[in-house]
Amino acid sequence: MAYDYQPFEFTPPPGLTANEPRHKVVIVGAGPIGLAAALELARHDVPSVVVDDNNVVSIGSRAICWSKRSLEIFDRLGIAERMLAKGVTWKVGRTYHGAEEVFNFDLLPEDGHKMPAFINLQQYYVEQYLVEAAQQSPLIDLRFKNKVTDLSQTADSAQVEIETPDGAYTLAADYLLACDGAGSPIRKMMGLEFDGELFEDRFLIADIEMEADFPSERRFWFEPEFHEGQSALLHRQPDNIYRIDLQLGWDADPDHEKKPEVVIPRIERVVGHSDFRLDWVSVYTFQCRRLERFVHDRVIFVGDSAHVVSPFGARGGNGGMQDVDNLGWKLAAVVRGGDTGLLETYDSERQIATDENIANSTRATKFMTPDDGIERLFRDQTLTLAKTAGFARGWVNSGRLSRPCAYPNVAPDDGRLPEISHPGLVAPDAPQGDGWLMDHFRDVTVMAIGCAPEGAFVPELNEHMQRRYLGEADSCIYLVRPDQVIAARWVSADSQTIAAAKDALMRGQL
Amino acid sequence: MTLVTEPNLQDHDGFYADLLSVHKGLSEAESHALNARLILILANHIGDLAVLKKALELARKS
Repeated sequence: MAYDYQPFEFTPPPGLTANEPRHKVVIVGAGPIGLAAALELARHDVPSVVVDDNNVVSIGSRAICWSKRSLEIFDRLGIAERMLAKGVTWKVGRTYHGAEEVFNFDLLPEDGHKMPAFINLQQYYVEQYLVEAAQQSPLIDLRFKNKVTDLSQTADSAQVEIETPDGAYTLAADYLLACDGAGSPIRKMMGLEFDGELFEDRFLIADIEMEADFPSERRFWFEPEFHEGQSALLHRQPDNIYRIDLQLGWDADPDHEKKPEVVIPRIERVVGHSDFRLDWVSVYTFQCRRLERFVHDRVIFVGDSAHVVSPFGARGGNGGMQDVDNLGWKLAAVVRGGDTGLLETYDSERQIATDENIANSTRATKFMTPDDGIERLFRDQTLTLAKTAGFARGWVNSGRLSRPCAYPNVAPDDGRLPEISHPGLVAPDAPQGDGWLMDHFRDVTVMAIGCAPEGAFVPELNEHMQRRYLGEADSCIYLVRPDQVIAARWVSADSQTIAAAKDALMRGQL
Repeated sequence: MTLVTEPNLQDHDGFYADLLSVHKGLSEAESHALNARLILILANHIGDLAVLKKALELARKS
């Protein structure tokens, strides 16, 4: 069944009739990133105004693969349950060369986590759930059909001119978040370079609706029989919608390739019949680009406006969600008068993550679309070797799926504690009674096992906690950030040491 | 020692990217020559004739 697009109502904003007081935060863009940022700020009691030039959710499924980390973030925002109930859960990916499977991966081979490795869910559902959550929040002022036409900054504020169906007005805020997507008008207004690489290839991306019994797995083909010499990707989504990506080559004409009479025969060859309905079609060229810096005084870039990647690896939407995760608590502290050094750590940490996402998606895209000559030679011979040598199977690269970045923080650490929970990593989840460990990490948290410093949360010790946090040690203390990243840890520490680490954390020095 | 054919290089994606970038800007003949030098360098590093023979066989048979 096709998604039923319901336009959101335009309400004339107060600024049309009287000057609005200066806001704490204005968010430009009501896509998944802007809406998630508003909800995350609201969770930290910071009000925001969200403006969007449009009044409907995403046209077409667009971002569909949501990672475990994104689901953990959505859980804090209150919509993960709806996403899980609607989405298609998966964790296994299979890669084929021709008809033969050469490689498969299991993204979550162990239990004891609240969230699955991945779900597939169309972006329009995610946006709908986020809009509904934002409309419930008294701290979020959501304004559709409000288009930013100009931007300026003073020493301590950002100001935007906004056009609406009823006229123009001005908004000012302590900080402005540019969550306005890959084509970011804010970025263009500021004249910022968006450097990177364009891959000379074109891909057809189609959603089709059909009754089928394909497994809930990601399936990728190099040179399949049904699409000669190219690559193909198949993902299952809810509502009997399937996502098909087909490599077309650089010479393909995008307008011609989007015509139903051209698309339908291609898809018939993929699925082996013609009993389907075309839901959405697009032809893409992939790019990896980033801003040099994400924080420009009072304007902060978040998500695709700051960096874009090719989609193999699901690092676009999930990367953006991790930006929101990293920024929310820091910006909340800063608008309350906290140390602006925190915003510098947003910039530096997310730049590292961006480079990691760009490196991974560039490598996958190169493997899929090798230049003629040496790149193609190595690619084809890796595929050949994969049939006879085990090691080469892992080298076949159809996308390395999004994982949270390990921030290279210099922080108190103890080598006796397990590797999977060292500082800079997202805290691994674990069961806690009827609930989950992640539910306890909502603000700066000190967690202690085998000792009880003042104010510490002492979790239930079970085999997962033992393996993920304690290891062979007799005791441990973890300082966990509001974004559930481990800030520091000790086998034992006095309250002064812990307090000093907390203090350094809130000054952006940990 | 036997030839290792199971995964043995942790950051293989990083190596693969380096391998492609070392060829950047070379003609086909130059790339061919680079590959030959690379094989000789690695063969010397491995330093085990039995392993090298197994590698030659595997490469030929694939």
